[in-house]
Amino acid sequence: MRRVRDMMRSRAGELLKDGAVTRVLGWKSGEFYYDPTPSFFDTEESLDELVYNGFSAAMLSKYLIEATKKEGRVLVFLKPCDTYSFNHLLKEHKVDREKTYVIGVGCGGMLDIEKLRALGVKGIESMEELGENLVIHTLYGDKKFARGDVLLEKCATCKGLEHKASDELAVPDELWEWETSDRFARVSELEGMTSGERFAFWRGELSRCIRCNACRNACPVCSCNKCVFDNPRSGVIAKANADTFEENMFHIIRAFHVAGRCTDCGECSRVCPQNIPLHLLNRKFIKDINAFYGEYQSGESVDGKSPLTEFRTGDVEPGIVHERGGA
Amino acid sequence: MMLKLSIEKMGELFQRLAEGRKLYLPLDRGGQVDFGPWTPEAKVRLDRLKTIKSAKDFFFPQTENIVSFKRQGKDISIIENRDAEEPFVVFGVRGCDARSLDVLDRVFLCDPVDSFYKARRENGVVVSMACSEPEETCFCSIFGIDAADPQGDVVTYIIGDFLYWDERTDKGRALTETVKSLFSDASGDSSLVERSRGEIRDIVSRLPLCSLSLEGFDGSALKEKFGSPLWSELSQACVGCGTCTYVCPTCQCYDIQDFDTGHGIRRFRCWDSCMYSDFTLMAHGNPRKSQVERFRQRFMHKLIYFPANNDGMYSCVGCGRCVAKCPISMNITKVIKALGVEVNV
Repeated sequence: MRRVRDMMRSRAGELLKDGAVTRVLGWKSGEFYYDPTPSFFDTEESLDELVYNGFSAAMLSKYLIEATKKEGRVLVFLKPCDTYSFNHLLKEHKVDREKTYVIGVGCGGMLDIEKLRALGVKGIESMEELGENLVIHTLYGDKKFARGDVLLEKCATCKGLEHKASDELAVPDELWEWETSDRFARVSELEGMTSGERFAFWRGELSRCIRCNACRNACPVCSCNKCVFDNPRSGVIAKANADTFEENMFHIIRAFHVAGRCTDCGECSRVCPQNIPLHLLNRKFIKDINAFYGEYQSGESVDGKSPLTEFRTGDVEPGIVHERGGA
Repeated sequence: MMLKLSIEKMGELFQRLAEGRKLYLPLDRGGQVDFGPWTPEAKVRLDRLKTIKSAKDFFFPQTENIVSFKRQGKDISIIENRDAEEPFVVFGVRGCDARSLDVLDRVFLCDPVDSFYKARRENGVVVSMACSEPEETCFCSIFGIDAADPQGDVVTYIIGDFLYWDERTDKGRALTETVKSLFSDASGDSSLVERSRGEIRDIVSRLPLCSLSLEGFDGSALKEKFGSPLWSELSQACVGCGTCTYVCPTCQCYDIQDFDTGHGIRRFRCWDSCMYSDFTLMAHGNPRKSQVERFRQRFMHKLIYFPANNDGMYSCVGCGRCVAKCPISMNITKVIKALGVEVNV
């Protein structure tokens, strides 16, 4: 990852100097190793603070909506999975491609600080990523983990290391590659439950929701100019409701709204302070769309219609719900 | 008087504390640790330093019924449905959260007194716990909080195989009376407790964020801080979610809403967030139109306006939840560093 960072700094410096780009969208180093913040850099000197490591998970694609409204061209670093969301934003004309310059950055899988904390890591002083291992120096002693054991959920079920959009790549040869697992396995498990069990599962998970709206705000597909939940006159304002079921509906409505558009980037679950597996709702829709309309991956390309915006005579009828045993 | 109890007997203690009142303590719910009501089956997690939300919930819940209205024909009946009168104990409150109640008291107990909050404060007993293993996200000491000797009605310590119990207030003494028979006298162990306190303070002194200086953050710096050009850079990545405000033990802004149940109205109050676009919405719109202004508001409130109006008391207790939970890792410590004195850089 350090190799990638060095490549990023040097190319960004050159492009800024040439005037090919006006500013650079990347990640800025924080207090600890695990807390880089998305940031714009507009001078070569400021690039000293540009970082890229196993905790650069925060996706930059969505920031381009606002960034490309401004003058000039912005250089953005996209990990392979971030390029899907980038394409989706282009498809919906939210981002002006002409005002972007994309450097696809190699990815060795992003790490989950919450998983590390759950494994008892506390008092972190520094970290080192050494090949397939992560070494953490803490006030309470050193700890070593295999990357594969502490990957973010979205990375454990990675869609692949190919960039679906880029102007150039910063991908060194020796990046660590890992075994991925089936992203629909957990969805299948939920499908195997009775409706009562499934209802109880989701009521339990969603009962932890604090209505912070982090899932919605981080979602690259939630890009409405004004969300219905931000409209006080809608009656479904984006704050905790007196009724817990109303609360849960927020997530159901959001899942419906992003169906057929969700790129399965996993940001919703990553940013959830309560660790609610929100991606499972989206994956259920993706799995069903694949089954009903043929394999479709949102954001794989900019062109073409998506299954839910295209009508074909062979499309499934609403009765499919009953045929599959639903109510 | 210091008392002690074998760790093995904690279940009995919880049973006793839960008799005739609610007992809230850190519980594991689906792998996440948060305060919740104790039951014999509950998985108690006192080993986890930071619950996701703070103990604030029990004094100022995220949603709270105010009143209900029911309409039948031309009649409207008003139904009282407040539930702030239940006695409860909240156990395992860390020093930061215990101090946060002082901050909330300033807001809710000044004139006009918030009767909901007041009732919950009167009905609640705080049993705090010293932090045996502070984390890198902690910075309570810069606000003068001692993680080794928290405030509370009763202060507890887990040392070795024992829970030490130290009553501090009349409320605490009354609570102690109800559980005293489970404990034995520990006045001979005071050096042990003192040693443990020393160890905690030693760790705190080595935490990276505990060296932050708050110099220059006070009412006199209002104009200078407000007008700083750094706000736009600090806030540029903010996604405008409410995570920092909702995990915060001192954030106290709320909204009042009517929920149409279809056969009546439930009027309730719920936490609001200055990060939201409809915060303090008026007829002409939100007075803070951009995320830069909303972001600035949160930190100006905590570090400048609140201390200026409350004898220098900051409305941050350094619990570090926002540090751990912000989706893009922007937080008050980065703000203090950027806007504060040279020594912080």
